[in-house]
Amino acid sequence: MKKHLSWILIVALFGLYAASTLRPRKDKGEFHVQSFGGLPVVLNGRVQPLDSVAINALLMIRGNTGLPLEGNGANGSWGELLELQKQGAVPMRERAWYQFSKHPKKFKPIEWLLEAATDPALADQRFIFSIDHPDLKSELRIDGKGLDRSGLTYFNYSQLRGQREKIVADARVAGDKKAEERSTYEKAAFRLANSMVIYERIKNSFQPEHSHNFAQELAEYTKVTTTGRQAMTNQQAGKEYDKAAFDQLMEKARSYSFIGEMAYPLIIPPQDAKHDRENWKNLGASLIDTARSDVLHPAAKSYAAMMTAYGQGKAADFNGAVAEYRRWLADNHFEAELSKGARELFFNNYAPFKTSIAIYIVAFLLAAFSLFLPRPALFRGAAGLILLGLVVHTSGLIFRMVLEGRPPVTNLYSSAVFIGWGTVVLGLVIEKFWKNGLGSLVASFVGVITLIIAHNLSLDGDTMEMLQAVLDTNIWLATHVVVITLGYSAMFLAGLLGAVYLLLGVFTPKLNERVSGSGSELVTVGKAITKIVYGIICFATIFSFVGTVLGGIWADQSWGRFWGWDPKENGALLIVLWCAVILHARWGGLVREKGLMVLAVFGNVITAFSWFGVNMLGVGLHSYGFMEAAFKWLMAFNASQLLIMLLAAVPQQYWRSGNGPGGAPPTADRTQSKTLKAPKPRPA
Amino acid sequence: MMRHALKFISSLRLTVALLSLSLVLVFAGTIAQVEYGLWDTQVRFFRSLFVYWKPAGGEFAIPVLPGGYLLGWALLVNLLAAHYVRFKFAWSKLGIFLTHFGLIFLLLGQFFTEQMQVESSMRLEEGQSKNYSEAGRSTELVFIDHSNSEFDEVVAIPQSQLASGRELAPPKLPFQVKIEEFHLNSRLRQRAPMMSTNPPAATQGIGVQAELIPAARATAMDAINVPSAIISFKGDGAPTGTWLVSLNLDQPQTITVGGKSWDTALRFTRHYTPYSIGLLDFRHDKYMGTEKAKNFSSQVRLTNPTTGEDRETLIKMNQPLRYAGTTYFQASFEPGRDDITILQVVRNPAWLTPYISVIVIGLGLIVQFSMHLFKFVNRRKSS
Repeated sequence: MKKHLSWILIVALFGLYAASTLRPRKDKGEFHVQSFGGLPVVLNGRVQPLDSVAINALLMIRGNTGLPLEGNGANGSWGELLELQKQGAVPMRERAWYQFSKHPKKFKPIEWLLEAATDPALADQRFIFSIDHPDLKSELRIDGKGLDRSGLTYFNYSQLRGQREKIVADARVAGDKKAEERSTYEKAAFRLANSMVIYERIKNSFQPEHSHNFAQELAEYTKVTTTGRQAMTNQQAGKEYDKAAFDQLMEKARSYSFIGEMAYPLIIPPQDAKHDRENWKNLGASLIDTARSDVLHPAAKSYAAMMTAYGQGKAADFNGAVAEYRRWLADNHFEAELSKGARELFFNNYAPFKTSIAIYIVAFLLAAFSLFLPRPALFRGAAGLILLGLVVHTSGLIFRMVLEGRPPVTNLYSSAVFIGWGTVVLGLVIEKFWKNGLGSLVASFVGVITLIIAHNLSLDGDTMEMLQAVLDTNIWLATHVVVITLGYSAMFLAGLLGAVYLLLGVFTPKLNERVSGSGSELVTVGKAITKIVYGIICFATIFSFVGTVLGGIWADQSWGRFWGWDPKENGALLIVLWCAVILHARWGGLVREKGLMVLAVFGNVITAFSWFGVNMLGVGLHSYGFMEAAFKWLMAFNASQLLIMLLAAVPQQYWRSGNGPGGAPPTADRTQSKTLKAPKPRPA
Repeated sequence: MMRHALKFISSLRLTVALLSLSLVLVFAGTIAQVEYGLWDTQVRFFRSLFVYWKPAGGEFAIPVLPGGYLLGWALLVNLLAAHYVRFKFAWSKLGIFLTHFGLIFLLLGQFFTEQMQVESSMRLEEGQSKNYSEAGRSTELVFIDHSNSEFDEVVAIPQSQLASGRELAPPKLPFQVKIEEFHLNSRLRQRAPMMSTNPPAATQGIGVQAELIPAARATAMDAINVPSAIISFKGDGAPTGTWLVSLNLDQPQTITVGGKSWDTALRFTRHYTPYSIGLLDFRHDKYMGTEKAKNFSSQVRLTNPTTGEDRETLIKMNQPLRYAGTTYFQASFEPGRDDITILQVVRNPAWLTPYISVIVIGLGLIVQFSMHLFKFVNRRKSS
């Protein structure tokens, strides 16, 4: 027991950390913002909690969801960012990683949303707009006036407001071009204009931006609709009319139709859930209805009460209004929507993939360390942590599937999450065979990288977006997409192991070490990697091939042709062909260990092209997953893989793993190698 | 000599070389789509024996890569030769045999699909019924005789026979047709006589009021060519002068030959069926509060006088109608019109081959690799 203590402790510690993310969040402050954040609204064609609206908006605008209120001023001072800016202590910086003593106050996304809705003048001072294009910064003359966070700069709305027209004009020029034809400046301007519009829309979604006491305003509004409408009829008929009532109604109608056009989420549910659950409206549209019917929707009244109370700092009134609206929803058969809101809010707070990244990173460090200091505690600690990370990762996948009512992969974001998941599972299986840290090393590495890729993909907005009509079929999503994605996982794992082989071979004597291989004899690490890479490529061949043909069959079902040489189809075919090349080259003796590894590493390039590259071409029926920013990264990745492949060209005598691999005659030679360490066989 | 040749064509080296070339071809054929579009790339790269490259300003096209047909057949020959020369059946090789057999089946199936598949489309308004579908790319020059009250007699000349300067004498027509000019892609412009110095497109019919402007061949995936031709007639009582026919002309023009009228037009090739399909209701559902399409579906009525069938059925995304060897897919709609559906119509006698081969190959791969895996695991267990 004692010898296991250290690693069990580490895993248990992270287990506790992971478990703590599961606890239900209670509202600690005066205002029940969590309860407010769980309220269901409709956006992107789906019911979601306001919390998700706030998170996704901040991700699109700022690129992250932590909005600090404190930081460093230019002169080394520390304090509230609003104060520092007033004092002219710009440029400011967010807390640096080494400032351990500083704990800046931060806004939760939902608090930011509430401030934007109820105190727009103050919200305009928050540094949320991420602008990094140097030309755009100097064009807007805001260089050096923002908030810096390790190289990224944020600005606030009041700095940009004066130049809104210029930004929108630039964005319009960009918008007339195809995404792939835009210059980087145009892309930046387009993105900024988009961010500003989202922000403006949020400001006008819950009450008109310049409203001071919206609850009272609505109470007056309901009084004036009848008389105002009467006045309008009289005016049109050329009779005498009540001018005051007429003017009041016209002014309100103008204001409300404006927010009807601006509003972002649809916050007003349908009148009768039993009759129609889909016809959600935004606040403005609902208030325009009121002008015709004299009936104020209870939801509009509740939101007005919430906004007014929050703006005036009356916590009890705010909480009361939130609770009352929840009761109204429950009483009027919106239980399903309430529960969807609650579950997604829980998922947002749980943030499983973030936790998994943290755990995988620690596991990776342990596994990397164990390469140089092979201690069972390190191997086991790394494997234990990966298992823990995998549990969290899996729970996140399942949670998303339940929330969406969909198989795991529905878009590029979820494919990244799932590829990572598949690779981690396979890597753990390898670790179970070898118990030498290598399986953990690759598993945790791919886990971290794919989840980071997923995070970056999530910056485009809602990751649970509704599917295009042609994709709206769970059978094919569950078969074709899952199978082909597992094929990607296997390809990446094989490629990474190939890279590990080449790196270890050239730079360390590790390949000559022994692990318990198949059969009673011990084999070298080099041999073991070769075997497993071959096995994984067999696995990848099955999944890629079956997945590709299933895709063809799906295409036959929906478009009427099995194969159309569409880029995405070609990408999948490339993987299948490459697997076939590798297997036949191996069977034909055209490649041995080293050659197999080089081919496996090139598999990474092909798989990355199939996964990401074809989407960048922007042609074909499959190009609904178009994305642009990742091109540079893809090229960098390809270059790194080619460099690793070049390692194979290093002559054998310069390999630190000596004459072990590369088709040299077997063990007889190797036992004489100086670098050989042959530990005693462990008792089985 | 013979033995050497056989050894070469059955060798694994050749397999690897051919597979690698296929990889290069598929990659190049993917990248090329950005410039040439999906359709042209398919023809140049995949439905060809060689991929040619013409240096800028050069006279000759140089073959730079083997094309899809060549590689496909070469792989097939290589595989069959390998089985003839090297493979002896053994249960331990069951997986490989299944896989290879499935592959042969898949490749042949795809080859037959390429040769025999006929794609067309059907545009229906609600309440409308049609007994034909129209090809999306190929056109035909037709002469229609309405004199029979039971049916129309249609004489169709396929686009492939239309070329500048050619004279055609279809057996069912009492006159000859001369193609004065033919343009694969073109634009028509209303001719403003006071403004334009360009000559009118033709001396007779609607062509008098139009200008014909030849255009470059369309390459983008969703772009189609608009063929136009200037034609004239020869024979007893044939009308004089030239006539303009074009895909862009909505209405047929009537010519009179020896007292008998014919309607003529250049239109998409039609495929007639003995049954007809009528659109009852088209639905285009959107996700709540958005313009994003959730589903397209067409409620249609199928009537077949030859069998007496008359039934309703729903065609929607991922759920086509298969009838009499023809499949009808929900393909598209016209923006802004909620009462028009566009169905993709495919005749492909080989459509089942991928379904069968995926089962056979999948089984083969699983059998083969499971044998490896069991061996591996058993040896570990015994250690």
